[in-house]
Amino acid sequence: MKSTEEILALIHAALPAANVELVLNPSPCAQHSLRVAPADAFAVASFLRESDELALDYCSNVTGVDWPDKEITEKVKVTQLVDGEEKIVEETIKRIEPGYLESVYHLYSIKRAHEAIAGPVVLRMRTINRTDQVQLPSLTFVWRAAEFQEREVFDLFGIVFTGHPDLRRILMWDEFEDHPMRRDYVDPDDYEYEPTPHDEVLKRAEQQSKPTGVTA
Amino acid sequence: MAVEDKLKIELGKQGVFVTTVNEIYNWGRKNSVWPLQFGLACCAIEMIATTMARYDLARFGAEVFRPSPRQADLMIISGTITKKMAPQVVRLYNQMAEPRYVIAMGACAISGGPFKQGYNVLKGIDRYIPVDVHIPGCPPRPEALIHAFMTLQAKIDAQPLTGTERPRHLDAAAMSEFPVPTQGAHDLEPPANRLVWPLPAPVASGENCG
Repeated sequence: MKSTEEILALIHAALPAANVELVLNPSPCAQHSLRVAPADAFAVASFLRESDELALDYCSNVTGVDWPDKEITEKVKVTQLVDGEEKIVEETIKRIEPGYLESVYHLYSIKRAHEAIAGPVVLRMRTINRTDQVQLPSLTFVWRAAEFQEREVFDLFGIVFTGHPDLRRILMWDEFEDHPMRRDYVDPDDYEYEPTPHDEVLKRAEQQSKPTGVTA
Repeated sequence: MAVEDKLKIELGKQGVFVTTVNEIYNWGRKNSVWPLQFGLACCAIEMIATTMARYDLARFGAEVFRPSPRQADLMIISGTITKKMAPQVVRLYNQMAEPRYVIAMGACAISGGPFKQGYNVLKGIDRYIPVDVHIPGCPPRPEALIHAFMTLQAKIDAQPLTGTERPRHLDAAAMSEFPVPTQGAHDLEPPANRLVWPLPAPVASGENCG
């Protein structure tokens, strides 16, 4: 098994124009991944599958990650005119880093399975935002196994896979509108009874048991 | 009026068999309850085991699992009811002929079980259809299902054929069709049938005395 860096070097050698970068995982498992630009995804995926050296012919898992909008507070030193004098003043600036959705593919090789496998090769793609520009290219034509799992990611995260042969909801019903695995999903308030309510459930039970017409 | 038990035994010793229409009617019903052949999740495996030779549900006259709701008397809700599946379960129940009974088998069927706080699981089938016997367990053992079955038999046996306590099939005014929930944009609509699942008593709390 090649390290992620070696795989990246192979991709760069074969497809010099492809926009692929290494995403380091700082945790002890050090499971680094490759982030590919959606425009180059098909070429890179085909190369990973077809190249003799890698032959990543088995897509074991497709999943999604939701990265919500992040509010970042920064302290910036700014020169300002105070009483006709230039002074360096520290200012706190709050900015919102827009969130995005990610699709994650775990790849293995069956053809070269005799080589020691340290783990899957992780391929990632990012959408532009979380609301309207959530299209990513479907890799179903490279790995047939991705079909149902891309449907699942579409269902639960709301990533639209362009070029997917049959993009419908797979777990929830067709009329369902939400994407339950997103961080900002609010699940339906249908707890009505809990024998021993506590914490969050107690709060919800109290809210529900308030007589209608009375607002706190 | 029913004959006293002691007198019945005495008459039996003399070779005279005494009964009532009510008794013989219920005796026939309780010993040929045909369950509907359908399983929802892992509890179904225990249900299947119950019907096999080791536990042998056939001893109770319930060996004929019917693949059609039209021929079934008993619905064993064996497993998790997802919100995607709930309308179909209610529809199957509606298609069963009266008299019909429901056993909610396992934690999921009675309350949502370990998936209670999930967005996709119905928190108990008794939100939409009346349940006769609940079995706790995850999953309940076959013995528990047999016990539930015997409880149901006792319940059938005790039903009077007249009066307010009579079974639904002898009561023209009783609710016979239960509304099938529709799958809405966020949840099942309605989230519960208030006629079978009234709102529970308010939660006792210090801050909520108004």
